[in-house]
Amino acid sequence: MTWTWFHRLGSPPYVYALAARLTPWFAWPAALLIIGGLWGGLVLAPPDYQQGDGFRIIYVHAPSAWMSLMVYTTMAVAAAVGLIWRIKVAHAVAASCAPIGASFTFAALVTGALWGEPMWGTYWEWDPRLTSELILLFLYLGYMGLRAGLEDTQRADRASAVLAVVGVVNVPIIHYSVTWWNSLHQAPSVMRLAKPTMAASMLVPLLLMLLGFTLFFGAVLLVRLRGEVLNRERSASWIREIVNA
Amino acid sequence: MSGYGSPAAGVVAQAAPLARQATVWAGSHQAPLLDAARLALARDLQLAFRKRGQLVQPLAFFAMVTMLFPLAISPELARLREIAPGVLWAGALLASLLALEFLFRDDAYDGTLEQYALSGQSLTWLIFAKTAAHWLLTGLPLALMAPLAALSLGVSDAAVPGIVASVAVGSVALSLIGSIGAALTLGIKRSGALLSLLTLPLSLPVLIFGARATQLAISGGPLLAPLELLAALAVLGVTLAPLAAAAAVRISLE
Repeated sequence: MTWTWFHRLGSPPYVYALAARLTPWFAWPAALLIIGGLWGGLVLAPPDYQQGDGFRIIYVHAPSAWMSLMVYTTMAVAAAVGLIWRIKVAHAVAASCAPIGASFTFAALVTGALWGEPMWGTYWEWDPRLTSELILLFLYLGYMGLRAGLEDTQRADRASAVLAVVGVVNVPIIHYSVTWWNSLHQAPSVMRLAKPTMAASMLVPLLLMLLGFTLFFGAVLLVRLRGEVLNRERSASWIREIVNA
Repeated sequence: MSGYGSPAAGVVAQAAPLARQATVWAGSHQAPLLDAARLALARDLQLAFRKRGQLVQPLAFFAMVTMLFPLAISPELARLREIAPGVLWAGALLASLLALEFLFRDDAYDGTLEQYALSGQSLTWLIFAKTAAHWLLTGLPLALMAPLAALSLGVSDAAVPGIVASVAVGSVALSLIGSIGAALTLGIKRSGALLSLLTLPLSLPVLIFGARATQLAISGGPLLAPLELLAALAVLGVTLAPLAAAAAVRISLE
């Protein structure tokens, strides 16, 4: 077995071209899946017997929350790869992940608050999942803050990679401690989302949206990665060739 | 060294023999691991005792934060007793955050960290020794001062042992988590806000379990469970944080 395909992934010009070629393969299926999922979720699925039409925000909220964690994990894995094997492109991937993940986290928080208003009667409830999501947003902001604070790209790469790895070790601890904290403090009168098995007509659009969001993340990541590579390699000769061509 | 006129330079010069001994031993590969770590610890303690003013700052800060709540909320002891765990832990968290700035800053300026990294000794152990010294100088005094703050908030003195234990154990974890953040932000100017943004989210489990243990200590409940969880966090910190902090220090020296 040859490893050339793997080693080529460490080369910025190759990755730049590869990302350009792959982007449509993520973007188009993402668009189709999201349109299909929204149609299924907002139009075809029946209203919930308890929440009426209010539950439909789940089709944006749940995929966003799912992505917020997945992007963080992707970022930490890319950062660890960059840290261990000193692959610059991996650091570029990690750097490109952070703003996307922070945006998903923000979207999950906003949709969660909007959902909370009809459900709980208040925009913000110290629900363990919402609280964990808020802490996750701070983790993203810290990561981006550290990157912004360090001027030398290489140092920013490696320092933020350590932070991402430390963060990913802590995410489960934070999540479980917040759940534990909440089980002590939360009044039992607060209405909780019952979790009956979802009807297929509601579940299928949700799964479509999950897949669609994942592919959408892939597409945005590839676009951002190209920008990141361009910025990092701005003095390299292969970029001059592209620009002059 | 550029600033011979400053008092700090004199302090460094006074402690220099100890540091030199540490460096010499470390460089010759003769000193066993633990000796080097012990010397680093002793050096940090000696330096800190020559700058006692700096040691008092986090404690004074903690006292002031505690004082804010009666002034802002109400002087009624019954109400203060209810919020005492939160006040104590928010205060302890902020005070330990404030103290983190002293952990590596001076040693990064005068090149000691570089010498440690080049010494051939395990940087992880030396960083661990520094963090241990930092805990002895900030965490432990905070734990000893916490009952005083608690009593001023109307907590009965039966709760004192529980409060001391929870702050003492919790601050171990706080110092260790903080050492990572302090190492990552080395060399960044005006890093205070960034340091808190990095450190506070990671410290939240300590806050949760610590405040719970304190609450149980005040109400006379069984506080062993949250205390054990705090100890688990401290052990996890002892195991992993020095590795991450040492990696971060190396990155900042590159």
